[in-house]
Amino acid sequence: MTNVVDAVLHSVLGRLVAGVVALLVVASVVGFVLSRRAKSEKARATVANLNARIRAWWVMVAVFGVAVATGGIGSIVLFALTSFLAMREFMTLAPTARTDHGALLWAFFVFAPLQYVLVGVEWYGLFAILIPVYAFVAIPTRMAIAGDTTRFLERTSTVQWGLMACVYCVSYAPALLMLDVPGYAAPGATLLFYLVLVAQFNDVMQYTWGKLVGKHPIAPTVSPNKTWEGFLGGTVTAVAVGTLLWWATPFAPWQAALMSLVITLTGFAGGLVMSAVKRDRGVKDYGTLIEGHGGVLDRVDSLLFAAPVFFHLTRFFFVP
Amino acid sequence: MIGAALAALARLISGATAHWVEPPTDARQRVYFGNHTSHLDFIVIWSALPPALRARTRPVAGADYWSRGALRRYLASRVFDAILIDRAASGHSPREASRSIERIAEGMGDDRSIIVFPEGTRSPSGEVLPFKSGLYHLCRMKPELELVPVYLANMNRILPKGKVLPVPLLGRVIFGAPMRLEPNEEKAAFLGRARDALLALRDR
Repeated sequence: MTNVVDAVLHSVLGRLVAGVVALLVVASVVGFVLSRRAKSEKARATVANLNARIRAWWVMVAVFGVAVATGGIGSIVLFALTSFLAMREFMTLAPTARTDHGALLWAFFVFAPLQYVLVGVEWYGLFAILIPVYAFVAIPTRMAIAGDTTRFLERTSTVQWGLMACVYCVSYAPALLMLDVPGYAAPGATLLFYLVLVAQFNDVMQYTWGKLVGKHPIAPTVSPNKTWEGFLGGTVTAVAVGTLLWWATPFAPWQAALMSLVITLTGFAGGLVMSAVKRDRGVKDYGTLIEGHGGVLDRVDSLLFAAPVFFHLTRFFFVP
Repeated sequence: MIGAALAALARLISGATAHWVEPPTDARQRVYFGNHTSHLDFIVIWSALPPALRARTRPVAGADYWSRGALRRYLASRVFDAILIDRAASGHSPREASRSIERIAEGMGDDRSIIVFPEGTRSPSGEVLPFKSGLYHLCRMKPELELVPVYLANMNRILPKGKVLPVPLLGRVIFGAPMRLEPNEEKAAFLGRARDALLALRDR
């Protein structure tokens, strides 16, 4: 037993996971205390939702922990599944037509799996252009052959956008395993864990700060829950944590601070944009798969823009 | 066993979540009537029912489709225990049509429920077509029957008419409040009311 604990604490990844578990223990205790103290109907509902979210976090951390512990293949399979479920939620809400059946089959069963195969075989050149170039050619062609010209541009854009957001962008998270940063010895999944940790911690902190002191909405027509107080409080807290974890990354502390700032800003942008899509389609959540959180896409929206930007900054500055 | 596996597969493919306006409290005899746009419809309703109700529920299906090939025959008779009717003949003569209704009533006995699609065929556009009169005649024969409207959303995007592979979008199955044939209710009024009850579920 002590050997296992030793081994976990000796690996960079093990220490990160242990830290997250400790954080969840604290959150669960706080949630329990709050549930005892909540008196009013509204407070009880908020705390019940908070505790549902914390319970779901335990499950998500367990799944993600197992995935990164198995190294490359586990992470790739997990994110491939995430992409599939996210695109399923997206395309269900998206205004496509019955005639788009063929194009949607290509999106789900050709482009999505192929993208992750390319991550697995580390073929960066094709990985980076499969969806922006080849799907961009194939999807509208398939739709034109199907022959329905009603709202044609809107429908092709919708399917292409869904592929870009749910598959292309999400696949950049496990693609971090491709990066070989000189002098950085930690296993490839460590950088992936760092990205997801900072992005999701930023989400949680924006939510928490917003609930505690949020007053001034940033974009009231898009999401009344996103406030300046939540945004600033969340960003400062998440950047602080991302900076303190610099030892887990190839970055110097000041570089970790800037990287964390990029992750939090792009994370916020992803959440805001996906909220705008939901608002346009007249729904509050993309799905119901994760209790308290909504759908898969509601949970990973902050990774959509953060993952590709973090990947390319790391690749540009740290991989020769 | 095969039934439970098929039900799980159907739920996985259709991603269908079931919503009940009034959750069922007992296993009384009911007619679940749904809108019809896809080959998946029947199995999606069937798999959305709680297992105890599912075991007592028989689909009413076209003999022309389900008697073709050994696999379909096996599924229809052994797994779904379908009541097969001859759609072409029923369309031809009133006598054949009333014989079909008798077969359905016989197949229900006094404790089995059924799944029917009163439009009679799959609607290519997704719009709900006018109802055929079979539902009315069945209720005349068994006036105590409870009718449950079931609205299926997105099935014609998942598997449109004429396609073989399903696109994995998320479906929805919405079970409405039970209704009955009122004493002295006219055929057209009843069929219109049933169709309206189904359409009212669309926005839930």
